[in-house]
Amino acid sequence: MAKVILWGSLKKAVGGKTELELDVSDVRELLDALGERYPKLGPQLDAGVSVSIDGTMVRDNLFVAIKPDSEVYVLPRMAGG
Amino acid sequence: MSLQTETETKRSFNQIGTRPVRPDGIDKVTGRARFGADMEMPGMLHGLVLRSPHPHAKVKSIDISRAAKLAGVKAIVTRDDFKMPKDKDLVDICANIMARDKVLYDGHAVAAVAATTKAIAREALKRIKVEYEILPHVTDVDEAMKPGAPILHKGMRTGGMDTKPRKDSNVVKRYKFGHGDVEKGFKQADIVIERSFKTAATHQGYIEPHACLASIGPDGQGDLWVCTQGHYMVRNVCAGLLGLDVSQLRVTASEIGGGFGGKTTVFIEPLALALSRKANRPVKMVMSRDEVFRATGPTSSTSMDVKIGATKDGRITAAHAELRFQGGAFAGSPVSMGAMTAFACYDLKNVQSIGYDVVTNRPKQAAYRAPGAPMAAFAVESVIDELASKLGMDGLEFRILNAAGEGTKSSYGPTFGPIGLKTTLEKAKSHAHNKAKLGKNQGRGIACGFWFNFAGNTCVSLNLQLDGTIALSVGTPDIGGSRASMSLMAAEELGVPYDKVRTIVADTASLGYNDVTDGSRTTFAAGLATIEAARDAIGKMCGRAAKVWGIPADAVKWENGYAKPAGPNAGAFKPMSMAEIAAIAHKTGGPIAGHYEINADGAGVSFATHIVDSEVDPETGRVTILRYTVLQDAGKAIHPDYVEGQYQGGAVQGIGWAINEEYIYGEDGRLQNAGFLDYRIPVASDLPMIDTVILEIPNPGHPYGVRGVGETSIVPPLAAIANSVSNAAGVRLTELPMSPPKVLKAIGEHNRA
Amino acid sequence: MSQIHVSTTINGDQAEFLCDADETLLDVLRDRLGLTGSKEGCGTGDCGACSVTVDGRLVCSCLMLGAEAEGREIGTIEGLANGDELHPLQTKFLEHAALQCGICTPGFLVAAKSLLEHNPKPTETEVRYWLAGNLCRCTGYDKIVRAVMDAAKEMRKA
Repeated sequence: MAKVILWGSLKKAVGGKTELELDVSDVRELLDALGERYPKLGPQLDAGVSVSIDGTMVRDNLFVAIKPDSEVYVLPRMAGG
Repeated sequence: MSLQTETETKRSFNQIGTRPVRPDGIDKVTGRARFGADMEMPGMLHGLVLRSPHPHAKVKSIDISRAAKLAGVKAIVTRDDFKMPKDKDLVDICANIMARDKVLYDGHAVAAVAATTKAIAREALKRIKVEYEILPHVTDVDEAMKPGAPILHKGMRTGGMDTKPRKDSNVVKRYKFGHGDVEKGFKQADIVIERSFKTAATHQGYIEPHACLASIGPDGQGDLWVCTQGHYMVRNVCAGLLGLDVSQLRVTASEIGGGFGGKTTVFIEPLALALSRKANRPVKMVMSRDEVFRATGPTSSTSMDVKIGATKDGRITAAHAELRFQGGAFAGSPVSMGAMTAFACYDLKNVQSIGYDVVTNRPKQAAYRAPGAPMAAFAVESVIDELASKLGMDGLEFRILNAAGEGTKSSYGPTFGPIGLKTTLEKAKSHAHNKAKLGKNQGRGIACGFWFNFAGNTCVSLNLQLDGTIALSVGTPDIGGSRASMSLMAAEELGVPYDKVRTIVADTASLGYNDVTDGSRTTFAAGLATIEAARDAIGKMCGRAAKVWGIPADAVKWENGYAKPAGPNAGAFKPMSMAEIAAIAHKTGGPIAGHYEINADGAGVSFATHIVDSEVDPETGRVTILRYTVLQDAGKAIHPDYVEGQYQGGAVQGIGWAINEEYIYGEDGRLQNAGFLDYRIPVASDLPMIDTVILEIPNPGHPYGVRGVGETSIVPPLAAIANSVSNAAGVRLTELPMSPPKVLKAIGEHNRA
Repeated sequence: MSQIHVSTTINGDQAEFLCDADETLLDVLRDRLGLTGSKEGCGTGDCGACSVTVDGRLVCSCLMLGAEAEGREIGTIEGLANGDELHPLQTKFLEHAALQCGICTPGFLVAAKSLLEHNPKPTETEVRYWLAGNLCRCTGYDKIVRAVMDAAKEMRKA
């Protein structure tokens, strides 16, 4: 089970905890699982998120692998200069 | 064939790290390079924009009839010409490029005109009658957050709160990051420092105003020439706003006269297209500097509280920040990134940062070099500096003791891989600058900074020409010498001289989608794609040689620009050069090209430490920067001249932000200093040389170890200079810019106290 | 409004044009004569991107009327190189990577050439003050100042 940590402001949408254990093998499964389990996350997921998998930042790419022991952070979508 | 596909961070290079002249050099020193405003078309009209003089008002009516009657006026567009798009990402952009029911800032567009001459267009603007109903306005972030503040957007409720808000607010959203228990952490501290800070809004200040030339017919087929950091973004956004098929609009990026994040969105481009479609003639639009200041850019102004606690032996036990950023009239200030980066330099058990994204009656902020990070670093690094001095510790030692390293759980979450922060701090400690003597009224400041660096969508095409030279097409506008870096990487990989590669920025019809040149991503991502495209071509060239020699493709290797038999068993064949392979390409299977398309990840984060000496004139409050040193991790410097250039440019923009630059609004909500005379960016005589130290801690995510370098360089300066000025003046400066009146006031208050 | 007929010399060549009374020299150069090397960064004389010389004197072409060019000798960035031979300042700007985006470069080169005509051996401070009317947002001026100093040195040798 990958450890999935959501940034603080999403705490309420996932029922008070920001750290979840999810059985997912890639980014698509991660986003699907979050959306299904926590419908309140919907607007935020629609607005776009960045995902960090074991320290590597991933944006939009659904097929990046998540390993069973991966540490995954879901973060706001970022823009640069 | 045998290709090295693993990460080659220890590889030695022939051309990477050299400093050849850039391919666009001659054009740029002779005046031949064509920027946004340098293009013309037959039958071209000139477009101008009518802008609101009011910071907040209902637009009751717009009467264009007198303007339309003027001879030479060929098209006028207003809000009626833009349907609100269904795509929610375009809604705010649509309302920003042309006001809807309300104008939300001084400078907000209300109409645009295309005429046969600029003079006629100017006259036409005077004849447009707009009836406004003036509303109360707010331009300060703290004022905008107060209950009872004038509300910009009806129905806007603060997101990310623990309880659902019941009232409309100018606070768009609250962001929260961190881990551990800060309450507990502060209890463990022997010393806690808490301070409040403010920074003024500053503009990216690119010297080239926004400019474009649009030509589109009633069939929806069009071309757009534009100075932008991302022509694919411009194409997609404009197509969305005008209801065009994306493929029907071809966008060509002109040379770009600076961007720094400010050219990552659209302003006049959709207006020029709409005017061109209506007039059925090409329309050129060029902003004036006044318009650039009033209606584009700037970054957020901020108000911040930072609290950090440490033990007597110098260990930070807890850190907390609350950041309030106003991002102008629409949602999207970079406060989330400010909150994520605020404490990224430190290895912390208990850390929390909270950010509030706030709207005010100012132009919608645009990204500005490491958006959000410099302000947060200013607040945090100021408190770090004060803590160190209260603890009697050297600022560098204190930072080294608490610095993030490989394996540190970052303040925004993810665990860091190999990073270079401690190396920059150690090098700063041993640098001659750190040991130099200071005189009277002089002070030294140091500060660290962090930026994520981006990767993203990238598509590159590399064509082998018949004479064996290379045409490389990238889709990322070159804002600081990236064509030189791309040519270097292609040449290195192929094993040919640098001048055998010509890199161009291709138009949107010629390549697949490329993300904007932003987030310090280009040398990383377009570079990675260039290397992979070169490898793709090498594979094909080896295949052709194998065919000619009648041996299997995997029995051919590529070395220094030649296909060679991989080993003695492959057979004794004379190595074939690229030129030889190219010359017979048509007989061996056709043209040879390498391609690569990717949504890249793996952009390595980067860190910098800056050292600065300043002198404060106690009589006038004037700050002079005496000496400046930048130490930054580049991962691998492809073209060191342009890496140094990024370091120096970032530092100097930071100097302007720290001591001079600010958006000044009057009581009437109008911008009072919309010009380079009153909004003073640093000039040559304000500055010393900017010394640079390039450190190379390879990024495992890039074949050559590259990390982005463009943005990290602007993160430490505000703090480093504030620390330096505070040391020189003997009083802590907590508000930017540290202009003479503010410095004098601080000194005065300190002396009285 | 009738237009004004102007005869002038630009980069050594005779030039004639018609312009409106309120048109700046910069507008004339860019829009009527196709000399787009001079750039408009501000239109108020604050950025120096439109620097040209008029009878050898450095001016912002956005602050001068086109009609005022009558009988004058105008020098622009397009006249800096001699055929395919670059001016030493141009060469040194390339060698020192003294440009990033390049929009300010023509103005800097014209201004620097004017400096070296007045003062062939400027100190760093003199270079910085002479060029203080030219804004660059990319480089922090470091490499520009070095390039000008180096070009001055090279030109003294010649």
